[in-house]
Amino acid sequence: MTAKKATKQTFEEAVKRLEEIVEALERGDVPLDKALNLYEEGIQLSRTCSQNLKAAELRIKTLSKDIKGQFELTDLREE
Amino acid sequence: MTNEKTVQTVSDITRQIKQSLETTFPRVWIQGEISNFKQHTSGHLYFTLKDEGAQISAVMWRSRVATLALLPEDGMKVIARGSITVYPPRGNYQIDCDQIQPVGVGELQLAFDRLKKKLAAEGLFDDEHKKPIPEYPEHIGIVTSETGAALQDIRSVLLRRFPSVEVILVPVRVQGVGAAEEIAAAIKDLNLYGNVDVMIVGRGGGSLEDLWAFNEEIVARAIYDSRIPVISAVGHEIDFSIADFVADLRAPTPSAAAEMVVKDRSELIEVLRNMWYTMHRSIEEMLSSLRDSVGGFVTSYAFNRPRDLLRESSQRVDELERGLHVAASHILQLAERSQRALGQRLEALSPKAVLLRGYTIVRKQGKIVVSSDDLDEGDVAAIQFHDGIVTTRVEQ
Repeated sequence: MTAKKATKQTFEEAVKRLEEIVEALERGDVPLDKALNLYEEGIQLSRTCSQNLKAAELRIKTLSKDIKGQFELTDLREE
Repeated sequence: MTNEKTVQTVSDITRQIKQSLETTFPRVWIQGEISNFKQHTSGHLYFTLKDEGAQISAVMWRSRVATLALLPEDGMKVIARGSITVYPPRGNYQIDCDQIQPVGVGELQLAFDRLKKKLAAEGLFDDEHKKPIPEYPEHIGIVTSETGAALQDIRSVLLRRFPSVEVILVPVRVQGVGAAEEIAAAIKDLNLYGNVDVMIVGRGGGSLEDLWAFNEEIVARAIYDSRIPVISAVGHEIDFSIADFVADLRAPTPSAAAEMVVKDRSELIEVLRNMWYTMHRSIEEMLSSLRDSVGGFVTSYAFNRPRDLLRESSQRVDELERGLHVAASHILQLAERSQRALGQRLEALSPKAVLLRGYTIVRKQGKIVVSSDDLDEGDVAAIQFHDGIVTTRVEQ
């Protein structure tokens, strides 16, 4: 486990890590100090995950290339 | 109108021939074999239709070419639909085609089988090349038509199941000549763009001709070369395309692809809730067993240090717990909200909602009456409105 990551953790990574933490805590074979750290991390992670689930609006963007061949994203117009 | 002594100009007679032919053959179906096939740079097709005894020049204008599933080639047996026209400057007549179909399903089916066999032999369909589909994709690429049913189907499933994703659409034509090239280019573009976790490539149902682009080699190779996992979603359940064989996962329909690509949000909320619960319970257990084991020694000086540690830990757990409650109440709210939405949907189906719309339920001796035959003169019936029941006697 790396302490801090520069890049944003993906939802998948967060859930995977959360699963690891839950498993470790459930096994109960980690020393208390480490368990508390894991617990804290787990709470942070689950908070991030639930934030992620909260977004209720589906974002649809259209990918196109401009004349220089650079990618452009535009919101899809709803009819 | 004319007699032997009338002398006409070439233009005059040609105009009459033109008029005569074009009114006699405004729409014809001609079966024949294609030869001298040429696609002009303008996009128009020029070719000859022939059989053992005759031949006829044929043309198809660019605007119609776009509707073709399969570009004709020399030797292909086709049925062409069109009108006979005369081209006065050259003094020839031709069929102006608006549709060209390979004879029977034979040609398309043969092309399909040929390509399938070739790509299978090359190993493009082998399981070892199948990439795993990410479990929680956050950015989903879609290669389909901007106006087609597939996009709407995918959209509504994502909205229902897991709206917290970003959809990156690369709009393409999904049928007609050139569609396959566009689809292949779109798959490559998504790979170059890079910021998608998985992509869905497909379209809604249609005839074998309509779905043909997904049976083209260029699309198969683009899917095979894609670093990003590809889910194919072409047509209906029963349609199998070459794209399906080479894709990392085949979905029977575009809606099904969307179902496969994201989990249900309410299920995930449940999973998160369970994880919270397990974490919480584990740490509680750990602390209480520690309390028990240390409990007997608290008076001992030697154990002051562990006791302090325990105290600190307990305090920390308390603090964390407060944080947990905030997070837990947040997730509970989410769960409640999704359940409430479900409740509202169920309510719309319940009889009460129907009654509110002005319908009533009639009962005779407690049983619901569904037919006027079940009521006779003099019967007592109870009519249930949304806000109460009225008892009535049947007169007629």
